[in-house]
Amino acid sequence: MKVLAIDSSNYCMGVSIMVDGTVVGELITNIKKNHSVRLMPAVEQLLEEVQVKPADLDRIVVAKGPGSYTGLRIGISIAKTLAWTLSKPLVGVSSLEVLAQNGRYFSGAIVPFFDARRGQVYMSVYKANGIEVERETEDQIVLFEEWLQENKDRYERFLFISGDLTMHKEGIKAILGDKAVFAPSSSLNARPADLARLGASHEPVEDVHQFTPNYVRMAEAEAKWLASQKK
Amino acid sequence: MENKHEIILGIETSCDETAVAIVKDGKEVLANVVASQIESHKRFGGVVPEIASRHHVEQMTLILEEALNEAGLTMDEIDGIAVTEGPGLVGALLIGVNTAKALAFAHQKPLIGTHHIAGHIYANQLVAELTYPLLALVVSGGHTELVYMPSEGEFEVIGETRDDAAGEAYDKVARTLQLPYPGGPHIDRLAAEGEPSVPLPRAWLEKGSYDFSFSGLKSAVINTVHNAKQRNEELKPEDLAASFQASVVEVLVTKTLRAAEEYGVKQVLLAGGVAANKGLRSSLLEAFEDSGRELVIPPLYYCTDNAAMIAAAGTIAYRKGKRSSLQLNANPGLELGI
Ligand SMILES: [Zn+2]
Repeated sequence: MKVLAIDSSNYCMGVSIMVDGTVVGELITNIKKNHSVRLMPAVEQLLEEVQVKPADLDRIVVAKGPGSYTGLRIGISIAKTLAWTLSKPLVGVSSLEVLAQNGRYFSGAIVPFFDARRGQVYMSVYKANGIEVERETEDQIVLFEEWLQENKDRYERFLFISGDLTMHKEGIKAILGDKAVFAPSSSLNARPADLARLGASHEPVEDVHQFTPNYVRMAEAEAKWLASQKK
Repeated sequence: MENKHEIILGIETSCDETAVAIVKDGKEVLANVVASQIESHKRFGGVVPEIASRHHVEQMTLILEEALNEAGLTMDEIDGIAVTEGPGLVGALLIGVNTAKALAFAHQKPLIGTHHIAGHIYANQLVAELTYPLLALVVSGGHTELVYMPSEGEFEVIGETRDDAAGEAYDKVARTLQLPYPGGPHIDRLAAEGEPSVPLPRAWLEKGSYDFSFSGLKSAVINTVHNAKQRNEELKPEDLAASFQASVVEVLVTKTLRAAEEYGVKQVLLAGGVAANKGLRSSLLEAFEDSGRELVIPPLYYCTDNAAMIAAAGTIAYRKGKRSSLQLNANPGLELGI
């Protein structure tokens, strides 16, 4: 089975190709450059390099969020179009679940997160079980400090994995103290190889047309409008 | 195998319509599918970019499939993919651009980034034979421009708005009159029932200029409403709408007529969503009746945003050999051209 995996949901952009369970190509960049310009050429380059034609693909996997709304839509537009036009199955995998894989040898709570501004983060909790990483909570948006306070006694140790670690490190330490462990810089990028591996085993979506990003929260205008209706 | 015909698939997502069309030889429409989001933006009183982008992602592949089905074609039979590159809402444009890139890559087809306004102008080619030199009056929610075209695919913007687009002024005046969004059609309807009896300014700008300005007019309308309220005077909305429309239309028509004469064009094209305005249509028809120049006004469904116009303009670019790379990006400030 030939799997193409695409992740442009966050700062880090990744593409990988897995052939019969072997990752034959992987491309990651972690630079502030436009995903819209670079993602399609990256897919083209990697497929060419490993000599796989678009029509030979058996499955398209995409990181479905949470993350940057625009970034998500770029990757998902490309993935949906490829899956639909080539009549291939499409699989969406949580962007947090992909990042959580980097903590697979940690005993304790694995907490991948992405900054969501104003003290908020997108996050979920995972537990390692052998080499499998099992989900403990849904993907959610929380006020980080509040969440840390409420959950500090729930686990012995916490592993935090995030490209946005630096801006939250002190805040986490202040609440969790020695219970907090921080992943090293080389483990902060979601690996598209993990995305492909997860996507190969997850169930494809029933209807490619209906597939949408997991934004986790409503568009601001929508939320405001709903609030105004309640008054 | 050489193709005798050019079949171009067009994609348009610059604002709040998700649209795909398939056009043969730049003029024969084989499919034209438009999913309008207007209903979901109405409650916000205008287009919300984030909501528009979300809808585009939901609709895009469905609309593509519908267009191919309508034309009875497969991607193998498509010669090129034209997509709106700009101007427009960047987040919305991105959906069309990335979809087009994936499609072009999957089927190894030429990709043609296309200008939205070039599309509006070339919508006319779907209903008439274009004869150059020509002049196009582009009036929409985001644009008010006079474009001189000496020949096919050559654009020279000779006048443009310095502040609000005509469509924007319509929407703001409609809000002042407490009409629902989108306001243009409501003002047009009210105007037909009223008399242009309220004195409002015409912004001619400096002598010889083909530029436009509608913000002064818009403020004048707001002030008139405000003053009438303070003096407890009754102001018929019909008359105010008629007066506002008369001012907009007079400036648009007069400048278009003058430009058509100065540039000696054979044809005058009306383009853009505001081309649906009855007051503008009838004044233009009257003004050009004995001018010796042909006036082309496309039907409503080619005036508002659609992808047939993008495919039509894209065909011109395709013939001229334009090809975009997979690095194509949305460009909200794209300059008019092919
Ligand atoms: Zn338009």
